[in-house]
Amino acid sequence: MEAKQNIVERLRSGDRRAVARLITWAEAGDPRFARALSMFYSSIGSAWRVGVTGPPGAGKSTLVNELAIAHRAAQKTVGILAVDPSSPFTGGALLGDRIRMEDRTSDPGVFIRSMASRDSHGGLARAAIDACDVMDAYGFDEVIVETVGVGQAEYDVVSAADTVLVVLCPGAGDGIQAMKSGLLEVADVLVVNKSDMPGADRLIVDLEEAVELRSRKPAGEWTVPVVACSAGRGQGIDAVLAAVEAHRAHLADGRLEARRGEMREGQVRRLVHEGLESELWHGHGYAERSAEALESGAAPYDVAGEILAEIVGRLPGRGTTRTGAAT
Amino acid sequence: MVQRKIRVLIGKPGLDGHDRGAKTVASVLRDSGMEVIYTGLHQTPEMIAEAAAQEDVDVVGLSILSGAHMQLFPRVREELAARGMGDVLLVGGGIIPADDMAQLESQGFTKLFGPGTNTEEIAKWIREEMERRGDSGGDL
Ligand SMILES: Nc1nc2c(ncn2[C@@H]2O[C@H](COP(=O)(O)OP(=O)(O)O)[C@@H](O)[C@H]2O)c(=O)[nH]1
Ligand SMILES: [Mg+2]
Repeated sequence: MEAKQNIVERLRSGDRRAVARLITWAEAGDPRFARALSMFYSSIGSAWRVGVTGPPGAGKSTLVNELAIAHRAAQKTVGILAVDPSSPFTGGALLGDRIRMEDRTSDPGVFIRSMASRDSHGGLARAAIDACDVMDAYGFDEVIVETVGVGQAEYDVVSAADTVLVVLCPGAGDGIQAMKSGLLEVADVLVVNKSDMPGADRLIVDLEEAVELRSRKPAGEWTVPVVACSAGRGQGIDAVLAAVEAHRAHLADGRLEARRGEMREGQVRRLVHEGLESELWHGHGYAERSAEALESGAAPYDVAGEILAEIVGRLPGRGTTRTGAAT
Repeated sequence: MVQRKIRVLIGKPGLDGHDRGAKTVASVLRDSGMEVIYTGLHQTPEMIAEAAAQEDVDVVGLSILSGAHMQLFPRVREELAARGMGDVLLVGGGIIPADDMAQLESQGFTKLFGPGTNTEEIAKWIREEMERRGDSGGDL
């Protein structure tokens, strides 16, 4: 008991080791994390969370580093979470985003954590949101999450942010491709990085057209801006920050609460799903039962249907419509 | 479900500019299922220890070819200890004479591998050592 209290106290008193260890627990699905979170959850909410996603090599880490420099110049502290994929074969990962942020390491106003996507079955989104909660509670003014986009797990990670930057660059495909990949849908701000490279102007025009095509929204809704920068040369960073600020202003009067509320609801839904799956599958013999049924020649839909009917039939408050399905 | 992974930070302190060895070790450890944080060249002991603390790693691997190992290893160890990371496993490679190796290893929590070492062996050694230690991510 005492040790648990301790880590939350240490978090509150500005101990960076507490940040680091709590994130480790979150990643591992350690129950100590959930206990700690309920102690510090009430002090969350003051950090602005920015998700940065886009194809590999677009310059996300370089941009995150520049954003951190700009925030520090404005006396704001920054927590950074950099997610990179794990190998599905070995489970190992090489996490290299820190290299682009190296000079921030000795700045006490910056905290950088690398995270591997691991199994990705919702686990990544859970751990990433938890890590942001820890950095928020610690007191960082800005929290930035970098992920390679976009699979479902990465989508869940960035869409949990208050403002989502999608970073593209010339040479990595055109605006149409970006649209097909679903990246545009998640964007609050589109960043064309490497504006120093040929093809940047073309990409900007493509994206502006793509955004216009999509934006048949009622007046007063957010229009996704296309912003150009060269993170490599440290140019245009203020334009990216201005776009984030504009989005932040847009989310005032109730919109931010709604967005964050939706995010938390999604989080709870995923936690229940995850919990149910492991509980039912590993704790109540359904894995064995389905194996037996399949072995006896039953078709997968029938096996699943029977199991579902049984589970749903046992739920409280389902009335008479379902009772027939129960055993 | 508690799912622990071995996390390793690979650092390259000092002034020499070769990181091929460090990169090879990093990929071998990754291929053996570890999460490897790679931090690039010319790191100071403070930077390595600070990154290790933020990343909450179990292992710090140093590659030192400059001959400055007798200064750098103890400095990294000190900086780690100053951040409450004194018991992190410190693993090193490079051109290090046998006498120096023995002396550094006698200071504890340290294991050094000479230039000829099979990289698979390093992965195996780390894994066994971590198993021997049990849960590393406990209460602070
Ligand atoms: N020309 C140019 N190169 C850049 C720019 N920003 C980043 N890069 C380079 O693009 C490569 C990938 O950058 P990185 O930030 O690691 O991309 P990430 O994979 O999206 O995180 C690196 O070699 C960077 O130096 C830029 O604005 N212009
Ligand atoms: Mg990156």
